Amino acid sequence: MTARAEVSHPEAAARFAADEPRAHWHDQALWFVRVKRDRAAAQIPEWERLRELAQAVKAHAMANLAGYLETFERNAAARGAVVHWARDAEEHNRIVHGLLAERGVTRVVKSKSMLTEECGLNPYLEARGVEVVDTDLGERIVQFRHEPPSHIVLPAIHIKKEEIGELFHEKLGTAAGASDPKYLTEAARGHLRRKFLEAQAGITGVNFAVADTGAVVVCTNEGNADMGTALPPLHIACMGIEKLVPRAADLGVFLRLLARSATGQPVTTYSTHFLGPKPGGELHLVLVDNGRSALLGRDPFRRALSCIRCGACMNTCPVFRRSGGYSYGTTVPGPIGSVLSPAQRDGAHATLPFASTLCGSCADVCPVRIDLHHQLLAWRQVLVRGGHAPAGKTLGLKLTAWVLGSTWRYALAGRLARAAMRLLPAGLMARLAGAWGRQRDLPAPPPESFRDLYRRTHGRP
Amino acid sequence: MAARDDILAALRRNAPAGPPRPELDGVGARFADPPAQLEQAVTAVGGAFLRVPDLAAADAALRALPIHRDARRIASLVPGVGAPTVDPATVTDPHQLEGLDLVVLRGALAVAENGAVWIEGSSLPHHALVVIPEHVAVVVDAAAIVPDLHAAYAALDLPGRPRWGTFLAGPSKTADIEQSLVIGAHGARSSTLLLVG
Repeated sequence: MTARAEVSHPEAAARFAADEPRAHWHDQALWFVRVKRDRAAAQIPEWERLRELAQAVKAHAMANLAGYLETFERNAAARGAVVHWARDAEEHNRIVHGLLAERGVTRVVKSKSMLTEECGLNPYLEARGVEVVDTDLGERIVQFRHEPPSHIVLPAIHIKKEEIGELFHEKLGTAAGASDPKYLTEAARGHLRRKFLEAQAGITGVNFAVADTGAVVVCTNEGNADMGTALPPLHIACMGIEKLVPRAADLGVFLRLLARSATGQPVTTYSTHFLGPKPGGELHLVLVDNGRSALLGRDPFRRALSCIRCGACMNTCPVFRRSGGYSYGTTVPGPIGSVLSPAQRDGAHATLPFASTLCGSCADVCPVRIDLHHQLLAWRQVLVRGGHAPAGKTLGLKLTAWVLGSTWRYALAGRLARAAMRLLPAGLMARLAGAWGRQRDLPAPPPESFRDLYRRTHGRP
Repeated sequence: MAARDDILAALRRNAPAGPPRPELDGVGARFADPPAQLEQAVTAVGGAFLRVPDLAAADAALRALPIHRDARRIASLVPGVGAPTVDPATVTDPHQLEGLDLVVLRGALAVAENGAVWIEGSSLPHHALVVIPEHVAVVVDAAAIVPDLHAAYAALDLPGRPRWGTFLAGPSKTADIEQSLVIGAHGARSSTLLLVG
């Protein structure tokens, strides 16, 4: 999907975790959001029923996606929107650039869209002389730093306010040393207000597209999608084809779940429903496949297409919280990213499904009940069978299977291990225990195995 | 439209069997005192809440607030509420709305569970009126309270709507700097709900 270089998760995670205070701070910041999500979910007695409905609506929509897309296209066109189809990222970028170029647009404001990140739209447009300003505050911060977002909902969650203060001092002329979030946000508001007023077009993502009305729904707290589309005449909304829900009534389920799952709010400040262009303006909808139709054909991985991009699985994931979004090297990181990214091509992002303890917390908080930890396990099986697991892991598994494959080999291995733990220096043993032993002391070896104990107390089995 | 046909063909080829479209029954919030719940929800999303008996009282209450008292440029989409200085219907380019201090909006319905108010696109000449001013006040009929979003969508009949509409819940906000909540990101810095009746 993107041009981003693939990352080895364990190596990148080790670099992130090396700065212990910072890793701890990151962990706490995300846990804070997870706790807010729990409080918000607990206020809805029928929360679990809503999740079941959301899952069922999505499963139904995905099974009938072609028909719903045709209905959506017909209804959107009847309202005056122009619908475009893109097979891949390149086609998407070409369509968007074509729309801008035909109208001589060189200044664009954009609200948050993971799809345009996935497609690499910003560098594509910038290389062709179009200024693209990301208007979500977090996205503007990472754009100033020439970084991608590290989290799909909280793009700058990895950056400290002092660092943002320095950045804004350099880019926006804020006072040196100032790091008050209110002061910095105010500076960004003034800066971006000028960008909104100068923009010739607004690009947005899409949270939900509704087949029975041809509407697209865009949710923000800042109001940047509304500002970016209310002023210039041209609005381009870019969406993955999986964003579709059948009916406007279904939005009731999804909007009750989305913000509560994402940030613990009952609803985003602005949930704007676009139904055709503004008077004298244009609305273009770009529907992008980029691997989604292929994923639809892969059981069990197709369920990942139900994702509504709330980020709850990232906030709760003990691995994400301690390794940071960049350790995944993908537009969508965390548990959902780890099941979406390996689908890109055979052997892609092969370390990501292993970046999990399979604790299942991600699946528990997912508002559309994607069985994330089962999918992570299923990906491991696919990757190991395909020869994409690291050599050390493959060898270790083969050795384990060989040892566990016979009674006497297993008994002998236990005897050898107990002897080694007694006789060898602790430092050497820790190294033999691999990654597990790096930060842990090995337990004292038991004097005898369970088999010996049983034989001693009960006689030969 | 080769891309369109390719995508639709691939989706049809790869479509799994799926469940029928679920009926959305068995869900829906119920509140003993909807206006009280609405007040709590509006306050929770950072908005201000005032309950008044009629439009004249809404007007008086609004004029007494600093957002009106200190405003120089005011637009009102609710006749009789606020003292407008700008008629947005005469503005052709929404860029000219920059610098508005206060806009009085009409809310078509209010959602008790989450404090959101539906602003119907056809009730105002420019979408920008919702986000561009420093402050907004929204006038809603007490009879137009619905318990939750399911009831809201049932009441709205979205397929019949023109152009656009938005659920507005409180003032513009962000927490993108170290999760510190800051009110007033790009849109209005305050949002006051005037519940009438």
